[in-house]
Amino acid sequence: MKPKDTPNFVATRNACKMCTPLGACLAFSGIEGCVPFLHGSQGCSTYIRRYLISHFREPMDIASSNFGEQAAIFGGQSNLTTGLNNVIESYQPRAIGIATTCLSETIGDDVSMFLNEFRREHADDSGAAPPVFIHASTPSYTGSHFDGYVEAVRAAVETLAEGGEREAGLVNVLPGIVSPADLRHLREIVEGFGLEPIVLPDYADRLDGPSWLEYRRVPEGGVPVADIRRMGRAAATLELGGPAKADAAAGAWLESRHGVTRRRMGLPIGVRATDAMFETLEAISDRPTPKPYADERGRLIDSYVDAHKYVFGRRAVVYGEEDLVAAMTGFLAEVGVTPVLCASGGRSGGLAGAIAAAAPRLADPPTVMEGVDFEELTEAAASADPDLIVGHSKGYKLARRLGAPLVRVGLPIHDRFGAARMMHLGYRGTQQLFDRIVNTLLKVKQDASEPAYTYL
Amino acid sequence: MPKPTSDIPILEDRKAQVHTKGAAPFKLACEKHSVAGAVSQRACVFCGSRVVLYPIADALHLIHGPVGCAAYTWDIRGAASSGPQLHRMSFSTDLREKDVIYGGENKCEAALVELIGRYQPKAAFVYATCIVGLIGDDLDAVCRRAGERTGVDVIPVHSEGFAGSKKDGYSAACRAIDALVGTSPEPKPGLGAPPSINILGDFNIAGETWVIRDYYERMGIDVIATITGDGRVDDIRRAHHAQLNVVQCSGSMKGLARLMKEKYDIPFTHVSYFGLEDMSRALYEVADHFNDPDMKARTAALVRDEIGAVMPELRKYRDALAGKRAAVYTGGAFKAFSLVRSLRTLGVKTVIAGSQTGSPQDYQKLEALCDEGAVLLDDTNPLELAKFIDQTGADLLIGGVKERPIAYKLGVAFCDHNHERKECLAGYAGMVNFAREVHHSVCSPVWRLTPRGCRTAAPDASPPVRPLRRAAVRRPAPRPALRTTPLTIGAKEVAV
Repeated sequence: MKPKDTPNFVATRNACKMCTPLGACLAFSGIEGCVPFLHGSQGCSTYIRRYLISHFREPMDIASSNFGEQAAIFGGQSNLTTGLNNVIESYQPRAIGIATTCLSETIGDDVSMFLNEFRREHADDSGAAPPVFIHASTPSYTGSHFDGYVEAVRAAVETLAEGGEREAGLVNVLPGIVSPADLRHLREIVEGFGLEPIVLPDYADRLDGPSWLEYRRVPEGGVPVADIRRMGRAAATLELGGPAKADAAAGAWLESRHGVTRRRMGLPIGVRATDAMFETLEAISDRPTPKPYADERGRLIDSYVDAHKYVFGRRAVVYGEEDLVAAMTGFLAEVGVTPVLCASGGRSGGLAGAIAAAAPRLADPPTVMEGVDFEELTEAAASADPDLIVGHSKGYKLARRLGAPLVRVGLPIHDRFGAARMMHLGYRGTQQLFDRIVNTLLKVKQDASEPAYTYL
Repeated sequence: MPKPTSDIPILEDRKAQVHTKGAAPFKLACEKHSVAGAVSQRACVFCGSRVVLYPIADALHLIHGPVGCAAYTWDIRGAASSGPQLHRMSFSTDLREKDVIYGGENKCEAALVELIGRYQPKAAFVYATCIVGLIGDDLDAVCRRAGERTGVDVIPVHSEGFAGSKKDGYSAACRAIDALVGTSPEPKPGLGAPPSINILGDFNIAGETWVIRDYYERMGIDVIATITGDGRVDDIRRAHHAQLNVVQCSGSMKGLARLMKEKYDIPFTHVSYFGLEDMSRALYEVADHFNDPDMKARTAALVRDEIGAVMPELRKYRDALAGKRAAVYTGGAFKAFSLVRSLRTLGVKTVIAGSQTGSPQDYQKLEALCDEGAVLLDDTNPLELAKFIDQTGADLLIGGVKERPIAYKLGVAFCDHNHERKECLAGYAGMVNFAREVHHSVCSPVWRLTPRGCRTAAPDASPPVRPLRRAAVRRPAPRPALRTTPLTIGAKEVAV
């Protein structure tokens, strides 16, 4: 199974990825009291805010150092300083996550030095300690939003995690870009083993929160800074990921720096992938899988049986972030769907291998495309003759042109309601996903039935 | 316990951009670079250019830079086209590290030649993003070479994000359009030509340009070019044939109107198409300009008929909304004027009014339009909006997607009046849609369950609200049977 060498257009046409700072802002939103801050032009933060607000339907304040021409020529230190002071005054944050942009990286701003100077001056003029600064280098010409996300998570850990005596029962959970509902579920699963999870990032409550009486400057929720400090003392790290940036991920750093055992695996979508996660948790906790999850697993397999004929042999096109695509392909193969084309805007070089590992028993391996855009994907998908498209909202036009239904997963979901509550992970998330896929296929069948059957 | 919303501070650097009417003699600072760290709702120069040029449907729009700027502006807006759909594609040179080191000129030129060959656009716009100037790309030269190689006009748009404000992006876009105006080989019509106009500054969100165009045509006016809503390159090339430029919006197209006045001596007038008052004024002003008694009579009849058709329904909404309070935050200030008036038509009082890009003259006018106690804001941010919504007890916020969660989290109604919307809010039928949008949000029973709804009123103290029936809004058929250009969506051509 070799990645298809796409006859690349020079230009990217309808990108199947977003830029690095977006991923960093999302990750910073999962830290308690943390305000994401982009060091660059005003537009970067505004565009990213709108994009994420449209998906989560929650406040997403991202500050900007708002470069003007002066800053672009002479450097952005003074803008950064003013910006940090203003954010501290108005938001009273516990942390500020500073991500760079292509502009500040290209002019060569030394953000680490600027932050050190800021801390020094702050320490001089008042007793109050400034918030924690987490700095991620995320020029958008170096990768996709997923790279920015991984970079920011690692920056948080590198900045804060401390060593010390191991805390038995403490487990770091590094989840990847998943929904708030998925994050809640992951936390609950780990707790079910009697373990204490530190989920980084944990934007579950912040990006899927309640209605307010008083306006929150920084919405509640997120992993506390104090907990990120403890991550170096955890018993293990459960890292969910794919081929992208595996070596640069936070779990690798925690292991090499603080000796925290790293258990890296694909996203737990489907029975086999979720089994792998539960087996890992059994090993870490030395406890069996709690009965409610074993029961969920049983019901999930039972539903696979009930619906197997509806899905068997259906041809699927899957696209999105590489970890999601690999895991989704494994799940689809497990239920008898035939993944025919699997694509990502990311380009780790490892997607085909990850898919082969996640779906080892496919008779005909799918075409795998990395670094793809939606025009290339549309052309390839047309000849793949799919019955089903699995991916985010941006594939709607592709799906409509091919006359195949789109099952929405991942980010962004801009044309449906409830993205934050959509589940993908664990037996329970897989169950929801499976039900949606089956019902989508049933709807196609029903809509095509001349007598308008009400009994399928 | 969370701190009270009223404790939110106004940053020292921002205080001059906030004014409460009646509290002191009117003074509001504006047209300033946004304060770093203040979380402005503004975007950048690139955004200004992209907003203006985007609806030109048969042009190629190539964004030269890393992928983000193109990704976030891909097919987000509701700017409709009656024919080609090329504007809804997102093209990026997707610069990588090596391009940043060695320069992106060759990649940009190669991309242009390839894309023009593939999509056969009538012209191409190439947008410079932040790093293009920094890495030393000569965009003008690239565009010239690509134009020579392809025979298609390739126009550079100098829209580096940091090089000014959104308004500077408008100017860059106007200069780019100006490069096309007057390039048509058709001779300019002589004396006796029918009255003709260009519609400037309407972007055909949800078909609004079609609504407006229909009014002008019913008045007996020839619309030469719509710039840029449902825009076409060839129409823009002969836009200098028009006798009058009718310009909507305070900032985006003023520059083009001025350039066309200088070069072609075409007069221009400022109008707005939102609300009954401003819509009618726009039509009357244009009729007055041509000073033809028959046209004036047709205009009066049109206004009478249209208002007559929508008033019964508007009265129902007014009855349900009277006495409510609204906050208005828009991109340009011109829209804010219309909104204050439209809300007044519905019996709703504006208690907060602001814009991203208003000028001193704009704010003077806005202040005069608002009641005592109204809070005026220039280039505000989420925390300030939350603070003043809380302070004024606003029942409704009108803004864009970025403002929406501020309202919703506080249990306050919201109406989207920005470019992402897919509802037609211009013209007379648009006023009914607007009233319905406001009504359906303000009068929803869900607020009674929110913490703030419970605080301000006993949950079931207010009488039940009966939802008003959706109006049958007349939707003009997408104009032109004339337009036979094939519809291009991505790879395939589809017959229209």
